[in-house]
Amino acid sequence: MELVWCIVIATLVSAGVFLMLERHLIRFLFGMMIVSNAINLAIFISGRLTLGMPPLVKANELIPALGTANPLPQALILTAIVIGFSCLLFTLILTYRAIKTFKTADMDAIYDNEEPTS
Amino acid sequence: MNTALLVLPVLMPLLTACACAFTFRILWLTSFFSITGAFATLISAGFILANTVELGIQVTAFGNWQAPFGIVFVADRLSASMVFISSMMGVTISLYSCSDLKEKSAYPLYHAMIHILLAGVAGSFLTGDIFNLYVWFEVMLIASFGLMTLDANKAQVSAAIKYVILNLISTMVLLLAIGLLYGATGSLNMADIHLKISTVPQSSQQIIAGLFFFGLAIKSSLFPLFSWLPASYPHLPSAVVALFAALLTKVGVYAMIRLFTLIFNVETSGYQTLLMMIAGLTMLTGVLGAASQFHIKRILSFHIISQIGYMLMGLALLTPLALTGAIFYIIHHIIVKANLFLISGYIEKRFGTDNLANIGGLFKSTPLLALLFIIPALSLAGFPPLSGFWGKFLVIKASLQTEHYILASTALFVSLMTIFSMTKIWTEAFWKPLPDNCTMQPLSRLESLLYLSPILFLCSLTIIIGLWVEPIYQLAYTASENLINPHQYIEAVLSPEAMKAADSAIMTKAKP
Repeated sequence: MELVWCIVIATLVSAGVFLMLERHLIRFLFGMMIVSNAINLAIFISGRLTLGMPPLVKANELIPALGTANPLPQALILTAIVIGFSCLLFTLILTYRAIKTFKTADMDAIYDNEEPTS
Repeated sequence: MNTALLVLPVLMPLLTACACAFTFRILWLTSFFSITGAFATLISAGFILANTVELGIQVTAFGNWQAPFGIVFVADRLSASMVFISSMMGVTISLYSCSDLKEKSAYPLYHAMIHILLAGVAGSFLTGDIFNLYVWFEVMLIASFGLMTLDANKAQVSAAIKYVILNLISTMVLLLAIGLLYGATGSLNMADIHLKISTVPQSSQQIIAGLFFFGLAIKSSLFPLFSWLPASYPHLPSAVVALFAALLTKVGVYAMIRLFTLIFNVETSGYQTLLMMIAGLTMLTGVLGAASQFHIKRILSFHIISQIGYMLMGLALLTPLALTGAIFYIIHHIIVKANLFLISGYIEKRFGTDNLANIGGLFKSTPLLALLFIIPALSLAGFPPLSGFWGKFLVIKASLQTEHYILASTALFVSLMTIFSMTKIWTEAFWKPLPDNCTMQPLSRLESLLYLSPILFLCSLTIIIGLWVEPIYQLAYTASENLINPHQYIEAVLSPEAMKAADSAIMTKAKP
């Protein structure tokens, strides 16, 4: 099972990196989204996959039974998703601003259009 | 009650940020809140430092969830001194911002974000949990994004894109490394990981260490990955760039020192040679980049990179003396670099530009500023008896002791080149007569005082550190001994039961 997910993550990362190498800002953003999701998946897999054993503590017991799923990676991913989303939103707005200011989303063109500082 | 103290350097700036953001219409109140908050943070940081030196390592477990299960804040000598020096920067910068950022329309937001940034920096210094470290990095990063784009002119938008993109890549790699480290050790507490890392095969340790190194290398602007720094820093307002130059890259270096002493071993991980090479190349490229520039802020931005090389050199050599040098260097560099940027801000205010071609005659018109500039400039280059000399002396002595002559000669050559760029600023801005087509803006007495008092404070700090080096050397030396031999840290963070549990986990894993 882990192997399948490894292949999925590898595919996502390669697609994401391919997009991130583009000069076009929007494509870079898409690539970033894909890679950050792939990383979230990787964290999920690193907590080991368990089938059908939710991490619930039975009544009158202190700890869950052995072999239940690991809830911690899910908490980590939740945090990472929230942070990643806020970063993504910021970058999106910044990109919008850049496209409005420079009338292009091409990094090279933006670089050429920079005002020479006095 | 004593343990709650550790939260204050994070909590105070956050509260101050809220207060600043809500006083949108009354600007003097914003300044008042900002300065008071910065002083309160400094006082709490001072108490933490005093406690750490007197009583040993301080630990706070949040919600009383003991390590390794809960998140802990740990203040050892390294992190306590880092928090102290960064909150000192907070005071200086918030004082300076009151005059430098006064005309900006988003003045209260600048103050709010400066304090959020300080909270993120203090959090990353104090936390003992590796995922929490990532979260504080993000707090810091988001605040720096905000500070970078508040003006939103053409140059800043273009600069911010480079900064944001490269830093996002770095945080993604860091997150991946943290996830893999968790998968390999089953723990997020750094002390607990230190005990459990021996069960992880060498090859996976190397991969994870490599990912951490890559992520933190972008953050601390090491050799091939520094391009975001000179591209973005020169376009920032002076108060903000001084804050960034003082703290952002240093947090990366701090995290690298922490991880590569507590979790990974520099010597056995096989990265030592690479670290040394990168240290040397970082120093060289930084200083050569600075030599080719002709704007004060750009020269100084490139110098940040070259100075980071010295700190990495201390980590790469990994003798107690070398680490002492690295820690000493961080403390010295935070003060001196921020000061040079504050001076460049004053010059920019007077001339409206930081292009050396349009500046001149400062030695005649403001002799005090010339004195205030030459102290940090010579300190940066490493003239005795100023603070920079001791940092360089310790690092280079350690490299000679371990017989790394190429690294030592590179470091010496780089400090020679540093003098070259500092004299460039000196001759162009101070000695050259004022060019004909340029004018100097007059400043009122009060404005001059507000601008110069933070600079004066940092200058005197540089001299004090240089002349009264023993206590800081002792602090740094004990800190580096604790880093190389982290059993004190482990014992402070983990209860005896937790250590036993970690031991038995290692035993059961070793058996099959």
